[in-house]
Amino acid sequence: MSTIDRKPTPTTTSAPETPPPPQTQWTGADVLVESLVRHGAEVVFAYPGGASMPMHQALTRYRDRVRVILPRHEQGGIFAAEGYARVTGKPGIVMATSGPGALNLVTGLADAKMDSLPIIAITGQVPTHVIGTDAFQETPMIEASRAITKHHYLVQRAKDLPRIVNEAFHVAGTGRPGPVLIDVPKDIQNTLLPDPDFDAPMDLPGYRLPGPPSPETLRQIVEAIKGARKPFVYCGGGVIASSASEELRAFINKTGIPCAMTLQGLGALACDHYLSLGMLGMHGTVYSNYAINEADLLLAFGVRFDDRVTGKLSEFVKHGKIVHVDIDPSEINKNKVAHIDVHADMKATLQGLLPLVEKGDYKDWYQKIDAWRESDPMTYPDRDDVILPQYVIDMFSQLTKGEFLMTTGVGQHQMWAAQWTRFNKPRMWVTSGGLGSMGFGLPAAMGAQAAFPNALVVDIDGDGSFVMNIQELATVHCERLPVKVIVLNNQHLGMVVQWEDRFYASNRGHTYLGPIDHPEWLGQGSGDLPEVTYPDFVAIAKGFGIAARQVRRKDEVLDALREMIHHPGPYVLDVLVPYQEHVLPMIPAGGTVKDIIKS
Amino acid sequence: MGANDPLNQEAAGKPKRLRHVLSALVQNTPGVLAHVSGMLASRGFNIDSLAVGETEDPHLSRITFVVRGDDRVLEQVRKQLEKLVTVVRVIDISKEDFVERDLMLVKVGAPPARRAEIIQLVQVFRARIVDVGQDQLMIEISGQEKKIEAFIELMRPFGISELARTGRIALVRSGRAKENDADLEDTEGVVVGHSNL
Repeated sequence: MSTIDRKPTPTTTSAPETPPPPQTQWTGADVLVESLVRHGAEVVFAYPGGASMPMHQALTRYRDRVRVILPRHEQGGIFAAEGYARVTGKPGIVMATSGPGALNLVTGLADAKMDSLPIIAITGQVPTHVIGTDAFQETPMIEASRAITKHHYLVQRAKDLPRIVNEAFHVAGTGRPGPVLIDVPKDIQNTLLPDPDFDAPMDLPGYRLPGPPSPETLRQIVEAIKGARKPFVYCGGGVIASSASEELRAFINKTGIPCAMTLQGLGALACDHYLSLGMLGMHGTVYSNYAINEADLLLAFGVRFDDRVTGKLSEFVKHGKIVHVDIDPSEINKNKVAHIDVHADMKATLQGLLPLVEKGDYKDWYQKIDAWRESDPMTYPDRDDVILPQYVIDMFSQLTKGEFLMTTGVGQHQMWAAQWTRFNKPRMWVTSGGLGSMGFGLPAAMGAQAAFPNALVVDIDGDGSFVMNIQELATVHCERLPVKVIVLNNQHLGMVVQWEDRFYASNRGHTYLGPIDHPEWLGQGSGDLPEVTYPDFVAIAKGFGIAARQVRRKDEVLDALREMIHHPGPYVLDVLVPYQEHVLPMIPAGGTVKDIIKS
Repeated sequence: MGANDPLNQEAAGKPKRLRHVLSALVQNTPGVLAHVSGMLASRGFNIDSLAVGETEDPHLSRITFVVRGDDRVLEQVRKQLEKLVTVVRVIDISKEDFVERDLMLVKVGAPPARRAEIIQLVQVFRARIVDVGQDQLMIEISGQEKKIEAFIELMRPFGISELARTGRIALVRSGRAKENDADLEDTEGVVVGHSNL
């Protein structure tokens, strides 16, 4: 509790059962919460503290309309809000107190900015009159988060609150979505507002959204498609953010142009579509990378030419013309110059193109792609002595027939999940791509489950990532969120180990997660699966009140997966996998398709 | 397309690094200058000068700055600026017909014997003497950067004890014929006794 708190006003009668309805006496906190509700808030992930208590008090008056989920760490709260935002398309709302609480949000803010997720982050701040005095739990949150938010506010007058919330939802959810931070000093939360104007007009003279592409631009794109013999669609998260998957599918079906997806674009086109080449980039399919390298026309839809996709920029699509469509003009010509640049919404662009495009004759192009598919298909070894992580994901995906929402941590397991899950629709896949934040999986799953309480939500995690936000097991237990966790446990930081194996002569640089007196710490272990793993995830889960099981033999996997899927509550499935397995194929960072590692 | 494609030739030759004067109209809210300068710094853009002040509309401020870089750098700077919600409009003034000014205050050592010499230079440069001390003069001068730089070079031998500059401010001219250009006379002062600018 803060030493600068106001003294509580003494109550003459015993405490009322329910606090007075907000309409009789609005405080800033009431106005804030009412504004959130008017914008459709149904779930808020909120961890209280001294400077945010009035907002929590206000939230108790909306129990019938807003579910407040108490994460066990603010980072879990904002990752959950991201999970919620990704699966629903609506802004995720997170709340934290000042100082350390607010600072625990920063990784999530940066994560949401990189992956373009709409987030409303509300932080308590010390009272206005002590701002700048190094007061207890004071942090200049706006300063700390300026570069990692889409926009940010320090509320200076209580009456500005409805306008600021209106603006925040508009900015977070439109254009290229992103996180908006509202920092609310405690005295503002406690200020009485007799007559709040919830329809206060926005004041955003510098925030403009592009219109649909001009007929001339559309004509240019259609001409480019007509002139191309080897066209290729490079589809990214922008297609999903603008809810344009249907239009994309119609476009692919009508034109017959092959399509590969980025990590964030997975699900835009169903994985079993003939024209889908799966994921492209560093750990993408060999054939998609070959195809993009040979394409004479690249239709870059809602993408940002990220280095994990392009590798060496000067060699990427060296022979092709580039059409780049994105709602964020700063992405166009940033890494790669576009021959036709289209600053517009993806959905509007595809809707404009659909009536104009025709089926092309790409028989030779298909033959080439099919040959690559045949020579370098996606495979993993068929082994019975160990459980391969690819097998676990493959089996889960087959058992559930695409009816699930999936989140991940960051590392090898994330790439295997991207490669081996059969994604068939948008918004079923939640992963930290741009920032690559370990510890993302469990809280993100929690957010997805809060949005869809009856859905099967699974977090594919690594033993490194899982530990980073393992405290959220308490949240999923206490909030009755039946999240399933599959830990692909190899006792190592697998992706770093893989890079050590490939680029550092297998010298282990603090990538073993067990006790340091084990030979594995120095990379001198036998390489066999350990008798006893560390930590004991089954015991940990039990401590949190959650069902769990460890499997170490391949013939147990299907049974364990079925048990997990049919378990009514949350479940942790700890699967022992060998740390020697590498994510393949792989194009080394900064490399080209010629450098692709296949085995 | 391909190797002869003028676009996408990152490696081909050194792109021209020009100086551009950008003018950004921003919402007059706390922190907007920190936001703009922080974004420029974190994205590694090189800023030569930056000046900020209110405009005729109290809700808006104008930030004028000089950035070095090729066209692609400049395009990114402009787009990244426009992406900031509080930035209302950005124009590359150097693509227009514009007037730019720098204001400088400088204190120069001026023993009585050399004052006449300094005063003469002050007149040539249309500068003003704004304070006279025992053996120092404070001079105010405004003009284009080249003129200011030339004046500094000329004052150096007298001993500059202190100097303050505003950084560049600039506005686009209203559409007048070029021969009526009132700015021309200012450039006359630039060449006096100076060669390397």
